[in-house]
Amino acid sequence: AYNTGSRSIIIGEEELQKFYCRITKQLMGKEHGHDVIDSLQRLHLIMASTKYTRRLPVELHDRLLSLCVSSSVEQLTVLTSAVLRETLPPSGPGQIYTLHDHSPLPSHTAALMLSQAESKEDLSALSSLLLRSLEGRPAGILSHLHTLPLLNTIITYCPESLTEDHVTLLSKRLVEWLRYASVQQGGVASSGGFFTGPRIRQPGPVVELDGCVCGDFFTVLCVSQAFSDDQWMNLYSFSLLRHWLITYHNVTDGNNSTDADDRSEVDGSVVSMVSATSSSSRLLPPKERLREKSFQYCQRLIEQSDRRCVYRAFPCVKSLFGRLNSDLSCSRVLLPIAQFYLNHGETAAVDSECVWRCVFGVLPAECFNDPYLAHETLSFIRANQLQLHSSVPLYTHYFPSLLKFLAWDSPGLVSDYVDVLPSLVTAGTAVELLHSLLDLPCLTAALTLQLRSACFPVSEPGGRGLSSLEAFRSPAHRGLFLFLLRGEAGSGDTMDRLSVLHDLLMEAADWSRVIQSAQSVPVLLHVYFNTVTTISDERLLAQLVLVLLERSSLLLNIPKYTAEIHRVFSHHLLKLCKLHPSLVVDQSRELLEFAGTTTNIHSKEDLYTHVVWVLGEYLSVSFDSRCSVDLVTSCFEALEAVLFEITSSGSPSPRVVTSLLSALAKLASRSHDLIPRVSLFLSKLRSGAVSWCGSEEDVVAVVTRGEELWSLLKLPSVALSVLTPPSLATSPRWHRDANATLPPRLRTLTGLTHTR
Amino acid sequence: MVQCFLIHTVNPVSTLAPGESRVLYSRVFGPEEGALTGADSELGPEQRRLLQNEKVAVVARQVRSAVTLSREASGRVLVETVLGEELVALQEADSGVQRLGRGEPWAGERSALWLGVQSLAFTLVTEPHENLLLAEGTLKSITRHCLEHLRMLGSGSEVLLKSERIDVLLHRLLPHGQLLFLNHRFTQSLEKELANYMAQ
Repeated sequence: AYNTGSRSIIIGEEELQKFYCRITKQLMGKEHGHDVIDSLQRLHLIMASTKYTRRLPVELHDRLLSLCVSSSVEQLTVLTSAVLRETLPPSGPGQIYTLHDHSPLPSHTAALMLSQAESKEDLSALSSLLLRSLEGRPAGILSHLHTLPLLNTIITYCPESLTEDHVTLLSKRLVEWLRYASVQQGGVASSGGFFTGPRIRQPGPVVELDGCVCGDFFTVLCVSQAFSDDQWMNLYSFSLLRHWLITYHNVTDGNNSTDADDRSEVDGSVVSMVSATSSSSRLLPPKERLREKSFQYCQRLIEQSDRRCVYRAFPCVKSLFGRLNSDLSCSRVLLPIAQFYLNHGETAAVDSECVWRCVFGVLPAECFNDPYLAHETLSFIRANQLQLHSSVPLYTHYFPSLLKFLAWDSPGLVSDYVDVLPSLVTAGTAVELLHSLLDLPCLTAALTLQLRSACFPVSEPGGRGLSSLEAFRSPAHRGLFLFLLRGEAGSGDTMDRLSVLHDLLMEAADWSRVIQSAQSVPVLLHVYFNTVTTISDERLLAQLVLVLLERSSLLLNIPKYTAEIHRVFSHHLLKLCKLHPSLVVDQSRELLEFAGTTTNIHSKEDLYTHVVWVLGEYLSVSFDSRCSVDLVTSCFEALEAVLFEITSSGSPSPRVVTSLLSALAKLASRSHDLIPRVSLFLSKLRSGAVSWCGSEEDVVAVVTRGEELWSLLKLPSVALSVLTPPSLATSPRWHRDANATLPPRLRTLTGLTHTR
Repeated sequence: MVQCFLIHTVNPVSTLAPGESRVLYSRVFGPEEGALTGADSELGPEQRRLLQNEKVAVVARQVRSAVTLSREASGRVLVETVLGEELVALQEADSGVQRLGRGEPWAGERSALWLGVQSLAFTLVTEPHENLLLAEGTLKSITRHCLEHLRMLGSGSEVLLKSERIDVLLHRLLPHGQLLFLNHRFTQSLEKELANYMAQ
């Protein structure tokens, strides 16, 4: 239906001008019937669908404006306002303001003026107009009732457009509307019959939600057949109240003369105690009085929602929490409560543990598929990160639970998690977190199965069921899934039978949700590694290197996932070793084992070449005094064995070969009796024994590198300084960066030392 | 407050590039951000207006992606609904909320709440710490009224020609972008007024 479009209205300029004339004439008449409406609708469509905003002829513009201001037919005011919003005023918006000095400003006109405001002054002028209209008696038409929403919009964009006097005036009016609105049902619209006058039946008082007669002052939870103007103002006042208080009522300003300690807490009475316990607050200045009344209003609302809560402040909120936390349908209300605890918990010396357990532990686990709860929880965390980090140690403890939101909806939440993940990385959680991130797609699959299992409690007959679902339900694998779906950290870094889990979840690898989840992991890993290096000691980093090596072959088999993860691993392995070169000597055994396993070359070439590179580069006594000659030799021998193996059977990748060659040369330069062994192989290369090489280019690449290294090794002391440069200074410069300069250095030296 | 409300397509449209979304209705509450902060002071009013429309288009595209990804992930089959089945369509609708970061496209952060109904999305863009529960309810209410009063599930949708009906709708349920704590009676009162208007 939206393929053809009025977007393609192409109306010639001449035709348009004729149309303008016609409408202008139509609008001149007294009556405005269906044809006028029709024309206005078409005009609006034309205005709205042209890319560049137009200016209407002055006469038409003025006629429309005048209608907008003065017509009593809503359709006309709406249409004219809509048309005018799409156009540019003929000569600045200033002229509009002079038209309405005397009459209350109609809401649709105000909307127009608001959309055309170009400066703070415009907004100030508009607010003055609006406030002036408040001073007059309410006219009973809808127009003045939108004063508050209009002001709310104005102060959102420009809080300074209200003067101090304005703020005081409005604070007073807000108190009136919030606290003293009528509690009688608004007059039902008169049928216009004969029976008007004092004998008309009084509608009676408003009622509470449960049908009882209203127990105290009017609030938005009071119910009636129809509402009077001041009751509407009560609604509008409460709707903007929070924003108003945040904008103009800083807690730190002024003397706060409420004496909260004087209040005695009254226990469980059915009658509302809110008004009865409030002290005479007429002595308070307007702003403080508004705060006090707002507080009472909110208390009353809580009371109206739950009659058993009659305590003030904290006990009230705490009690509310107690009632709501077991009711998942109220989950989103718990977040503002949590914010309250975070802001005031310490002052009140209250135990907040149950709140955090609920918000970080229970809710994400139970309601992981509620996009709004996810969004709000993440917003809460983002807004309070510093404080959570410092005063809520439980927060990081619940990371397995918090990851469930992400696992369910990665595209929607990954940017939030990029912000939040650093705060979850601590020395205590680092290793477990890394494993959890790598298994995020598995978590996604498990959550999907969990939901499916709940929806279809009995296995589908006929064996059409998913094998993964059966596995999920089978007692034999219960432990695996329980661990994956755990809510708290600390019960182990990962599970033993991870490969079993991956096999069980194989069919999940092509579920859309799982694929989306997998796509978010690389970026999170980057964030993770960038953070963890700032907080780790060598011991932890060593553990991480081991995890890297181990997990490189333990990942859920999703197309491209493994390759992406390897790329991230390679990048960060390099960075880690560069930062802490002694890691290589420390973990040499595992690194050697990895490098010595030829099957790794085929399945993880990228990572393999990087491991070989770090071995060659950092296995040196200049980086770690524990590096013995024996260690260098055994490393050399392991790599040499691999090189021989791959070059004697099959066609190995030239990149792997050259990286092995470079590594061997580097190691040999540190232990000179190894040089002859390398040189032997290199001279074989020179003589062309490269039958295992694939293409011409590969041959050239390998042989060239061989040449360079061979030349270098003829001068052992030179080789040493070239191939094992001193450790990087804290601010590495390009010319001293081993990575960047080895090839040019080699080439230079080859040129110098090569003898024909 | 709500900064803007828009209705836009989420399925491929033949006259547009893939991934693009046609905006069928948009309403921004309040003045142009750039005009006030002076950020776009070198632009004329016409260009500022254009920029504003571009920003709305950006939101439409972002939400379109979010809706598509969400539908893909849930794997649900879209059930076609016709005129008269507005409530069913609403029940079947996908919903979610998307964070719009700073500069994407407005200077400050925003949240975009969306409801995906068949080939359309209804989107509300709010300030970051707005009451989302209230916004969600308001969005559902607005969507239901739009579907009903503009016959959007039929082939003769009147969303383009009778868009002032949406203005009137927003005027009652979301005046100038203000979210309202309407209990069912307040809502009934407003809906009666709306019904009277729409009957004309």
